Amino acid sequence: MSEDTNVLLDVENLHTSFFTENGEVKAVNGISFKLEKGKTLGIVGESGSGKSVTAYSIMQILAETGRVTEGKVLFKGDNILEYSESEMQKFRGEKISIIFQDPMTSLNPVFTVGYQLEEAVLLHTNKTKAEAKARAIEMLTLVGVNEPESRVKQYPHELSGGMRQRVMIAMALCCEPDVLIADEPTTALDVTIQAQILELMQDLQKKLGMAIIMVTHDLGVIASMCDEILVMYGGRVCERGTADAIFYEPAHEYTKGLLASIPRKDNMNEKLVPIGGTPINLLNMPKGCAFCPRCKNAMKVCLEKQPDEYWVGEDHLASCWMNIKDLYESQEGVH
Amino acid sequence: MSEEKNILEVSHLKQYFTVKQGFKKKTLKAVDDISFAIKPGETLGLVGESGCGKTTVGRTLLRLYEPTAGKITFNGEVLFDSGEEYDENDKIILDANGNPQKHKSVSKNMLPYRKEMQMVFQDPYSSLDPRMTVEDIIGEPLDVHHLYKSKEERRKKILDLMELVGLNAEHAMRYAHEFSGGQRQRIGIARALAVNPKFIVCDEAVSALDVSIQAQVINMFEELQDKLGVAYLFIAHDLLVVQHISDRIAVMYLGKMMEIADADELNNNPIHPYTLSLLSAVPIPDPETARHSKRIVLEGDVPSPLNMPSGCPFRTRCRYATEQCAKEMPQLKDRGNGHFVACHNR
Repeated sequence: MSEDTNVLLDVENLHTSFFTENGEVKAVNGISFKLEKGKTLGIVGESGSGKSVTAYSIMQILAETGRVTEGKVLFKGDNILEYSESEMQKFRGEKISIIFQDPMTSLNPVFTVGYQLEEAVLLHTNKTKAEAKARAIEMLTLVGVNEPESRVKQYPHELSGGMRQRVMIAMALCCEPDVLIADEPTTALDVTIQAQILELMQDLQKKLGMAIIMVTHDLGVIASMCDEILVMYGGRVCERGTADAIFYEPAHEYTKGLLASIPRKDNMNEKLVPIGGTPINLLNMPKGCAFCPRCKNAMKVCLEKQPDEYWVGEDHLASCWMNIKDLYESQEGVH
Repeated sequence: MSEEKNILEVSHLKQYFTVKQGFKKKTLKAVDDISFAIKPGETLGLVGESGCGKTTVGRTLLRLYEPTAGKITFNGEVLFDSGEEYDENDKIILDANGNPQKHKSVSKNMLPYRKEMQMVFQDPYSSLDPRMTVEDIIGEPLDVHHLYKSKEERRKKILDLMELVGLNAEHAMRYAHEFSGGQRQRIGIARALAVNPKFIVCDEAVSALDVSIQAQVINMFEELQDKLGVAYLFIAHDLLVVQHISDRIAVMYLGKMMEIADADELNNNPIHPYTLSLLSAVPIPDPETARHSKRIVLEGDVPSPLNMPSGCPFRTRCRYATEQCAKEMPQLKDRGNGHFVACHNR
């Protein structure tokens, strides 16, 4: 990957755990990635894979029981995990913003849309109230809300789901952050509205040049939006690479399984090939590869050792023993 | 269509709800004049955006809601008929006073027919009683319809059903909360299959599941259909899933039927502007196609069903809309090969 000056966000070996009554739940288990200016990184995985927790760990908005136990999150070289809460408050929204899945519950129902937008502007800049209001209207226009002057006086319940998500995006972008984290931004929306929002995000990225981290379970959204993709399973990255590499040359057994199990245009009349078994219980993680209890090609070594990430192509890494089977067998002489 | 008998026929089905807005009462036309038929062993997919009435159709078919008007025929028997008469152009026939001309209405007791028609619900977390064991959940329909002679027979039937949907026999004494989402959905399906139905309404039956589990359940639906010959009305908002599982697909918008066609035909040759934009809005899990395909992005939102536009409800977002669209709702017309479209302009 290219020179480091373009790297905005550098996550190194991030571990996040939740300390529950039943024990420690290791939701994120050593994630590393770099995000460059103006690029879109997709994080894809099933529920419980740790994709949202990764996003929340970066923003430091974990639930009370959750804690980052290891690792660094470097934003332009500064480890933001060492920031105090007040420094973090300044940082959130100004440098990195987040939009959530459910626009119905992430806006405050008792304040007008305009108030909530102005609040963000007033907190982070020295603008006056009138300027903040102008900025709110400007942002609403930018995200394609019609009649922004009257919309600012409305409450969230008066808007439709798509409109609310636009307001959320406007709020996230009103201080021109360098990074936008989108946590399942379109999952709660209908397909036609989803298309509008995705189009809008791509447009805004071109205009404002921010980097996007797209967290989603929808491989379709990932394929149309992202430059680079991380595939997560059980709190670990199992494969990373360009969109083409992941979709056309998947190298991890989980990615292969995932791609075979989704209905596509070209397998309409064929049977889907599901991944057997059920997603892992994070309280009871296997010693070896997290996916190995469901993997049909699992080998002895998979049960015992978590594989490291290996290069399987240009800009394409996977942590699966299958890719280094020959190498492994020649060394150990095991099945 | 005529040579094979339909398992289910629906004509001019209407389901209105009364909604209070302050002191005013308004009528919400959730399903407005819908007709379709399902053949034995066939899967009809029903797609549309939220609020278009697709769930209401499923529930009204099973008479979980009492239909406002229309006719439901199941397996040759009329279950419900409000009595309106229609001429050969599907226009309602009025009598001398301008009221609809009616024959005798029918409204049958549904209990015996519940054996034939069942439903699988969207949310596997809230559609199973948390205080019942799996054995009792699957056994309840057997109890209701007195489908066993001895306790041993009941137990055997339940275990057979559990095996059929891929659940372990030792799970019979467990409670619903002990299962994962995919397994719960299997319990819901086993419960629906307990009475050996000919027709099942699957209301967003795979939407709450993770993709890898979703594929397991979709395959199971298909295998059960091959084995038992059951027909499905498969309601979902995920178009790729619907296209995969369905023989035919119906597209709804704001309570109206816009297009019905064979799944392949609809995929390759969509005609209605709404279907076109719906299909193009689906994100395709293939980067190469995604780069080259042009989305037809619809402007605006779905209008409120309480405040429906006149004529064709889609006209406010339609590129092809003309004056005629505002005046009258186009009829669902056959364009050949069983491809029905309701549009004036295409």
